[in-house]
Amino acid sequence: MDIFELTIHQLHNELKTGAVSSLEATKAMLARIESVEPHVGSFITLTPESALAEAEAADRRIASGEAHVLTGIPLALKDIFLTEGIRTTCGSRILHNFVPPYSATSWERLRDCGCVLLGKLNQDEFAMGSSNESSAFGVTRNPWDTTRIPGGSSGGSAAAIAARQATATLGTDTGGSIRQPASHCGCVGLKPTYGRVSRYGVIAYASSLDQVGPITRDVTDCAIMLGAVAGYDPRDSTSVRTPVPDYTAALTGDVKGLKIGLPKEYFITGLDRDVQESMARAIETYGRLGAEFVEISLPHTDYAVATYYLIATAEASSNLARYDGVRFGHRSPQAEGLIDMMTKSRSEGFGAEVKRRIMLGTYALSSGYYDAYYVKAQKVRTLIMGDFTRAFENVDVILTPVAPTPAFKIGEKTNDPLQMYLSDIFTIPVNLAGTCAMSVPAGFSALGLPIGLQLIGRPFGEETILRAGHAFEQATEWHTRKAEI
Amino acid sequence: MKFQPVIGLEVHTQLKTGSKIFCGCSTTFGSEPNSQTCPVCLGLPGALPVLNKKVVEFAIKAGLATNCIIAHHSVFARKNYFYPDLPKGYQISQLEEPICRKGWLDIQLEGQEAKRIGITRIHMEEDAGKLVHGDVPGLDDGSGVDLNRACTPLLEVVSEPDLRSSDEAVAYLKRLHRIVTWLGICDGNMEEGSFRCDANISVMPVGSDTLGTRAEIKNVNSFKFVKQAIDYEIQRQIALIEDGGSVVQETRLFDPNSGTTRSMRSKEEAHDYRYFPDPDLVPLVIDADWVQHAHKELPELPEHRRQRFITELGLPEYDAEVLTASRGVADYFEECVAFHHNAKAVSNWLMSEVTRALNDSGAAIDACPVIPSQLAELIKMIDKGAISGKIAKTVFEEMWKNGGEPQAIVEKRGLAQVSDSGAIEAIIDEVIAANMAQVEEFRGGKEKVLGFFVGLVMKASRGKANPALVNELLLAKLKVQ
Repeated sequence: MDIFELTIHQLHNELKTGAVSSLEATKAMLARIESVEPHVGSFITLTPESALAEAEAADRRIASGEAHVLTGIPLALKDIFLTEGIRTTCGSRILHNFVPPYSATSWERLRDCGCVLLGKLNQDEFAMGSSNESSAFGVTRNPWDTTRIPGGSSGGSAAAIAARQATATLGTDTGGSIRQPASHCGCVGLKPTYGRVSRYGVIAYASSLDQVGPITRDVTDCAIMLGAVAGYDPRDSTSVRTPVPDYTAALTGDVKGLKIGLPKEYFITGLDRDVQESMARAIETYGRLGAEFVEISLPHTDYAVATYYLIATAEASSNLARYDGVRFGHRSPQAEGLIDMMTKSRSEGFGAEVKRRIMLGTYALSSGYYDAYYVKAQKVRTLIMGDFTRAFENVDVILTPVAPTPAFKIGEKTNDPLQMYLSDIFTIPVNLAGTCAMSVPAGFSALGLPIGLQLIGRPFGEETILRAGHAFEQATEWHTRKAEI
Repeated sequence: MKFQPVIGLEVHTQLKTGSKIFCGCSTTFGSEPNSQTCPVCLGLPGALPVLNKKVVEFAIKAGLATNCIIAHHSVFARKNYFYPDLPKGYQISQLEEPICRKGWLDIQLEGQEAKRIGITRIHMEEDAGKLVHGDVPGLDDGSGVDLNRACTPLLEVVSEPDLRSSDEAVAYLKRLHRIVTWLGICDGNMEEGSFRCDANISVMPVGSDTLGTRAEIKNVNSFKFVKQAIDYEIQRQIALIEDGGSVVQETRLFDPNSGTTRSMRSKEEAHDYRYFPDPDLVPLVIDADWVQHAHKELPELPEHRRQRFITELGLPEYDAEVLTASRGVADYFEECVAFHHNAKAVSNWLMSEVTRALNDSGAAIDACPVIPSQLAELIKMIDKGAISGKIAKTVFEEMWKNGGEPQAIVEKRGLAQVSDSGAIEAIIDEVIAANMAQVEEFRGGKEKVLGFFVGLVMKASRGKANPALVNELLLAKLKVQ
């Protein structure tokens, strides 16, 4: 197997024994990126020079015997993570020239482990999208079928894994932005419980929903990455002090007696047949492994998408107010006066989807509409949380599809935002409830497109879903298939 | 028709914390532009606010000192509007659930009963930066933004519309100003904007219970301007109504140069701030222990101290009021009294000589070069008859200018009071001998002339003669034929 195809734990073994150096691995990865990037478009910015320097430093650290499991591992970050001295665009023209003076906590933690940064990954502009088509830096293509979208908003993060352009990546998930692209690209993707990973230095889309998480080749890698980035950060008031367990220790392979809930609202008629079949096979697999099934109800599921598009856009309309051309980012050259400068800079800097959501959110918060929209949405959010709390009184894990269909065609839904929004129908409730969930490869469509299954856990129940995902992975071979690119 | 003004005040007090409300940057005034900034107060992408605990402590203290309820649960909210000095495009403030509610302060105008003014709420918020135009080093032309002040902690104290005149408004402001400076949570510097005020003013016919349409006056940053602005606005509104017009709801700006107010923006142009709870900050929970701890740390409050000065130290009401104008003066006073138990004498000295000297030099009481023990010693010397009150003033001047203990100065400069009757009699004899004409006048019944002789004797003794003794001996000698 080529170096660029290894998982974190496989590459770590090679590095530890000295069979491969981080420099070699990094060079192999950069060469791979060069050859496939024209077909995929995973990256916005590449950082080969600093990557090679970091790899050399990692090799010295490995030689000194003080290596972390992530030391020398070449990875890449969604361009939403601030990286000191390295341009960070968030997929937007308004930040096309923004070089941050500080780094996100999650990147600092990975860097402290000795990771090598290959570059910054493409994404939907400000993480607003489900297809990566709203990026100001061009579309990212699905490595399994380059006429299709990779999913979004962490589309670059998933495509880079599927195309073997990075050993692991970080994404963010506000309504499914890690799980949906992971599902469409045949990777493992985990959205941790809200508060599990610091949001400091991660460009905010919807602050009460945003969460950082890994996209990887397998569940073990996912556990390693989560362990490295999770934990309390005094710079993020919403991060929690719950201790970080050794997530890899949870990967026992044993799911005997595990109670899996199957929410009837998620197995609806009209679900794509291939997705349906994959779910049925997955349930069979878990049955063989000794898990038990409970039919459950999450009665407020129908309201989730509407609720999400009020809360997320309301927060976004405020979070994106700082992009005004005054201190950083795009400033309109043809403006006259302060207000004109701010108006023009924003009009030129933001793309259509971002503008749409800013307007939606501004409307939802406006005087006279606030109670009817924002306050009501918050009340429904409480009901949705309650759905999950009650469900988890009887089950350990909830199993659902990640997305209603496999990856769709590029351009297929760009003119129909509502259809686009519905592609996150199964992932959004988890963000509203603030709990954790992951996407695990669970099959392929008749056209050969990956299909993921979603495992939802209790708040701070990452160990349980990792264990369930790992057991499934051990019993299946979906994750070993590789996109031909 | 007679009109009744109705006034409510919103006061912004800048808190004297060392660091900002949501980051660790310094709050020092007047530093190099943008030298006290970080990703958080610059509003950079990805930066998140973390609440400064000291700000909460200060807010609790302010609430307790103004008889407020301290909320167990309070919430920060975003106030959204665009302006170049507001880096995030929103100000973090509190709206629906402020930290303090339902308090009051008593005010008292001369010759009137005390009046209770309700405090609707006190909430915490961050300040904005400021725009600088033109004449600034490093700024060739156009405008710049200085974000040193951005994220500086403020308390906004909102009164009920209980005030009925500009005098009441000023009295309320002075009470509030005294409380926040007394607590040590605000430096009270109005010129630097540490204590600033917006006034909501309306008028209604006397006897009516329907409030008139109000105008909000911004930018009044001295007690004098508050009075001017309110008086002007009341007259403007009355004149408008009497002319058959009506007051429109708007924000007006006070112009200190003309003493007038002018329209800034109408209700239609008013911002829709789209407040909503800030998802970056968790709700603030204050338990009873925290409140109790703050309560214990509160200094004795001015009103209580004023009462005590009257009942325990026997001071007249006027003195007690003056001496509790600031905590520094009250502390100074009590330290003096601890050294020398003549409260009234200390009070007199503080209100006259010390105040005058402080005013002349522009120094604050905590920078007074004569320390309490020295002033007390000086007064003690008067009371013992060691020096006269007049000499004491000379000694005080010397202490102020060059420092030193009063006793040492008196000795060094030979200022001790002369109570030796022989020495004084000798001077009297000389004076009488030189002014026989006046002696005759006195003996002829013109007793006012005594003062003339006292003056001459005191002058001849260079002020050192014991005045009581001089009086006594003079009378005796003048009366003897």
